[in-house]
Amino acid sequence: MADLSENLPAEPARPSPQQALLSAVLATLPDGVVIDSSLARGAEPEIRVRRGAVHAVLQLLRDKPEFAFEQCMDICGVDWPQRAERFDVVYNLLSLTHNHRIRVITMTDAVQAIPTVSDLWPSATWWEREAWDMYGVVFEGQTDLRRILTDYGFQGHPLRKDFPLTGYVEVRYDPERQAVVYEPVKLQQDFRNFDFLSPWEGMTTLPGDEKVHLNRITRE
Amino acid sequence: MSSTSSNDLAWNKQALQPGPEQDAVVKGVTEEMEDKGFIVANLDKVVNWARTGSLWPMTFGLACCAVPMIHAYMPRYDLDRFGVIPRGSPRQSDVMIVAGTLTNKMAPALRKVYDQMAEPRYVISMGSCANGGGYYHYSYSVVRGCDRIVPVDVYVPGCPPTAEALVYGILQLQKKIRRTGSILRG
Repeated sequence: MADLSENLPAEPARPSPQQALLSAVLATLPDGVVIDSSLARGAEPEIRVRRGAVHAVLQLLRDKPEFAFEQCMDICGVDWPQRAERFDVVYNLLSLTHNHRIRVITMTDAVQAIPTVSDLWPSATWWEREAWDMYGVVFEGQTDLRRILTDYGFQGHPLRKDFPLTGYVEVRYDPERQAVVYEPVKLQQDFRNFDFLSPWEGMTTLPGDEKVHLNRITRE
Repeated sequence: MSSTSSNDLAWNKQALQPGPEQDAVVKGVTEEMEDKGFIVANLDKVVNWARTGSLWPMTFGLACCAVPMIHAYMPRYDLDRFGVIPRGSPRQSDVMIVAGTLTNKMAPALRKVYDQMAEPRYVISMGSCANGGGYYHYSYSVVRGCDRIVPVDVYVPGCPPTAEALVYGILQLQKKIRRTGSILRG
């Protein structure tokens, strides 16, 4: 059977569903709200919005029937210590109605509060508590901003880049006081970073092993 | 049998000192059993037999190590054969199997559960994390070994240990009880 498709006129390339979603979202949102947008890895719609507008944007994404993001899958933080507004707060939304997802990112620092979205998705309370616990991001309007994962009375926000890996305190049982006590960290052996490159000088590539050598992670 | 003979076990001497008490026990049983410690030694053995034959563990599955622990309870390895029946209450258990990463937040709870267990009580530390922090040794939130919180009898290495390894650890604990167990109250 002959292939008929080659005689037909070439169809214009249709945008992918993700691209269509991103375009629709950008067309709907008012000007000046979106700072940046992209299709991460070619398939993940991602918009970066101003902090003040994030609640309105998320409400619109939830309530407009063509978007219908009923679920807030995750709210998480990212720390970029070199930036003035060092924290990204990332909202991952899912619409089961349309089977599509979107990522909304906004930026803040340790002082500027982000409006809570727990009024939109009640489940957001736990995510916001986690972001507060790990990064110290403040959510305005969140009535239950307690720590959720770390120890009772924990000091600091452990996922910040300037938080030391081993923290400040460790616990042990004190038989005299008959209780678990907190003490400053005393390590028997410091944390070591291993690189698995050969310490030997000279021939680094064995004959026949050139391909492995090319892919090897080079020393910074 | 004198107390210095090679067959004499160390815990015989600890259990009941020679004296009127012991004499009363020995005389009370039979006059033939003038050997000091004979009765006491066997009583220890009976007690140890009973203890090793019904090690009821407090289930303390903290992380992924709990999965091989569950495997060990399940029919393929079947810890029931050793009289090992998992308990949900520390009051009913003899041994605590610390299976998994012990975090700072969990440490007081673990100690509380251990304190609620009746004597004699034993602890099996299962897996790298419980043994010494393991992968999370340098973490800000993990106890570097559960022996910082409770006294440990048997360490089972591995990440995670296989169910066989845990069964072997339980057998080692039975061996330890047979060797060192006494009817002295702690």
